Amino acid sequence: MSIIAYLIAYVAIVAFMGAVVAKILDYKRLPQHVRWELYPVAHEEGDRAKYGGSYYEDVDWWKRERSQSRLGELKVMIPEILLLKGVWEHNRPLWWVSFPFHFGLYLLVGFAGLILLGAVAQAAGLSIYPGASGAMGLLLLATSVLGPVAFGLCALGALGLLLRRLTNEELRNYSSPGNYLNLALFLVVLAVATYTWRVADPEFFLMRGFVHSLITFKLARFSSGLLALEMILIFGLLAYIPLTHMSHFFMKYFLWHDIRWGDAPNIDTPETDRRIQQALGQPVSWAAEHVHADGKKSWVEIASMNPMRPDGTDPE
Amino acid sequence: MSKKIVRIEDISSDTEKLSHVDDADLMPLPADLDEPEWGAVPDSTKEQFACILDDTAILPIPLPKTQEEERALVEKFLSGMEKLFTAENNWTFLAQLVTTMDHCAKCNTCSASCHIYEASGQNEIYRPTYRTEVFRRIYKKYVKKEMWSDWRNGKLDLTWQTVARLGELAYRCNICRRCAQTCPIGADNGLVAREIRKIFSQEMGITTPELHEKGSMLQLKTGSSTNMSSLVVKDNMEFIDEDISEMTGYQYETPWDVKGAEILLIHNAGEILAWPDNVGAFAIILEAAKKAGIIESWTLSSDLAAYDSINYGVFYDDVQYARTALLQAQAAKKLGVKKIILGECGHAHKALTVIADRVLPAELLTPRESCFPLLRDIVMSGKIDFDPGRNDFPVTIHDPCNVTRLMGIIKPQREVVRRLCPQFREMVPNGPHNYCCGGGSGFAIMTRNNIPDWRHKVAGRKKLSQILHAFDDCRGPETPKYVCAPCSNCKGQIRDIFDRYDMKQKEGLIYAGLVELIVNAMTDVKEGFIKWEDDY
Repeated sequence: MSIIAYLIAYVAIVAFMGAVVAKILDYKRLPQHVRWELYPVAHEEGDRAKYGGSYYEDVDWWKRERSQSRLGELKVMIPEILLLKGVWEHNRPLWWVSFPFHFGLYLLVGFAGLILLGAVAQAAGLSIYPGASGAMGLLLLATSVLGPVAFGLCALGALGLLLRRLTNEELRNYSSPGNYLNLALFLVVLAVATYTWRVADPEFFLMRGFVHSLITFKLARFSSGLLALEMILIFGLLAYIPLTHMSHFFMKYFLWHDIRWGDAPNIDTPETDRRIQQALGQPVSWAAEHVHADGKKSWVEIASMNPMRPDGTDPE
Repeated sequence: MSKKIVRIEDISSDTEKLSHVDDADLMPLPADLDEPEWGAVPDSTKEQFACILDDTAILPIPLPKTQEEERALVEKFLSGMEKLFTAENNWTFLAQLVTTMDHCAKCNTCSASCHIYEASGQNEIYRPTYRTEVFRRIYKKYVKKEMWSDWRNGKLDLTWQTVARLGELAYRCNICRRCAQTCPIGADNGLVAREIRKIFSQEMGITTPELHEKGSMLQLKTGSSTNMSSLVVKDNMEFIDEDISEMTGYQYETPWDVKGAEILLIHNAGEILAWPDNVGAFAIILEAAKKAGIIESWTLSSDLAAYDSINYGVFYDDVQYARTALLQAQAAKKLGVKKIILGECGHAHKALTVIADRVLPAELLTPRESCFPLLRDIVMSGKIDFDPGRNDFPVTIHDPCNVTRLMGIIKPQREVVRRLCPQFREMVPNGPHNYCCGGGSGFAIMTRNNIPDWRHKVAGRKKLSQILHAFDDCRGPETPKYVCAPCSNCKGQIRDIFDRYDMKQKEGLIYAGLVELIVNAMTDVKEGFIKWEDDY
């Protein structure tokens, strides 16, 4: 059982990282898209980010030096990511269940970080034991407090989201069995994690030991079947997440920064010009008559021809 | 209110209609207005085309008469959908589309932001996510061919009714992208409407005549969707020059094809026919600015498509978009102007400044700029005398989506009205969070069948409500009020709504652009440039 749990954990970590990298690469490999930004754009200078203004508000805007405020982006992204500000403003009933779920996830990430930190400390030769004092004591305390809070908050949110999706007819119309399964999976994993914490691992020594084994590749046997089940479920879920729409947790970066806020003008940008030329050189195969494509003519050729004046004549 | 859930799967059903909008369901207006009757789609249209979505018919999809024709409709659509998800055929929007397909959390957070959904009494089929969800299920199952797709993404039968209704449903969205603005993930349901239109146009050859035959194709043929050739447009402008000079006492002559001019001004040519005061006002302001030394020179171009800034391809077809933008850019290059200034036309702003930025080759990228910053600089320069007392009436400003939400031009037009209009007040919400006029994405120019009924009663309802609320302190016909709508399509829509609901008689409302307010306040010009007595 121990070996299976370790094996699944390793496979899941690789699968998770592979899926994340693959999704990012898939996006990066997409052709140069046209600009399609939406205002307010958070990196605009001064108060423009607040009222939704842009560099287009200046006469001869292309002559002015353009700077972007990374701080401005953080001011928008932090409340958006941490507090789900958009959902609070536009979908308050959902926020009450979505926020605990997402914030619970952030706490889970923090909790996982503390577990990993403890395991690394152990691997470095530091001793972690019940009743430890000093930095290790603090680490133990923080882990012991954060874990149950994260499990509880996230489970509460997942349950709320599931119930809302099941009972609200408007949401149910848009939900697939897969959507329910995703939330149910979280609930099962969190229920098992909470149960394990309560009955077998109140200060997370077993979990830390498991992670210590993982990072040191010294796969110590353990006897707790509950821990094995917990680890299999947690790592299984980890591998599953990037295969679903929940991959928005990292793809959101591109949706916001590259598309919604992608306002970079094409001035002295040879790389953009190169990518545009590359895109324009591709063959077109749209079938409608007015397009005049044959699968060989490029975008340049198609766009340069005037179907209403094929011979360049002037109707006058 | 009789709110009914229309299931996603219902779109494939073999029924006469998918949904119906009843007057009783419509969002109440802040006034006791007579609700105009719904017209019916003519029987001749129903016999010829698939009119099976709601009470209206916009996209003329030939009604399949045999099973072979039904199958062909589905296959053709799927063929287009496959191309839509390839880099070579859809490099322009593939990134935006794929991310929207893959990452929507189906939370419906965007619903409340949609003016059409709200105004219709929350009719399910107008919810921003309805058409996207249908489209997504088809994509995942038939294009991406995901394993267990029904289970993972939801079931959907792909019938000819699904295709016909989805095509029609793509024309129940103004593509104002207010929904995209509220999406916590960054998904864009407005774009999906546009991409569905694209499949129908670029693959199936099915388009609306207003946007295609009488729109982009006519522009490519004669130079303008108004059908004005360069000779006709010059004649008309000459007439306007004379008329406006006489009316204002400000003598000017519109310059044409001036090589090396500082500014190439491109109007929406619809202004020349429907709102000649607007183009006259532009000429007076630019001439005054030239005399004051604020600008060096300006010109119009008589080249094909370069005297009409419209680019309807933005609403439905990338190829038509690119052809038009290319002609306009080539005209600027030929004249060797220093920059292009777009007149008061929202979609033209977006088309030639933002989108063209990554479509045109570098050698054709003459700098492009909105008219609003220039107008602001002219008004605030202190070199031209204005009397704000001439504009001492309640004024509100409508924000064209393409100029504000999609380009971030918010302050310049406000600085002008704050300087020149003592009784200026904002609509709520405004700026990048504005509501569409209801004429966006081409609806403003559509008058077939009973399209205007839907456009006025549903799509334009929120804007009418906003306008009335902006004048809550001075309601009634005794106080004349001005809605500044600096965009040709928005003006057309607002004109039609005002006319439909008798807003002149009942509320004393008129509408026009920003430049009319500027010229009305110019002391070099005879008083009374704005005409309150004219009919809509």
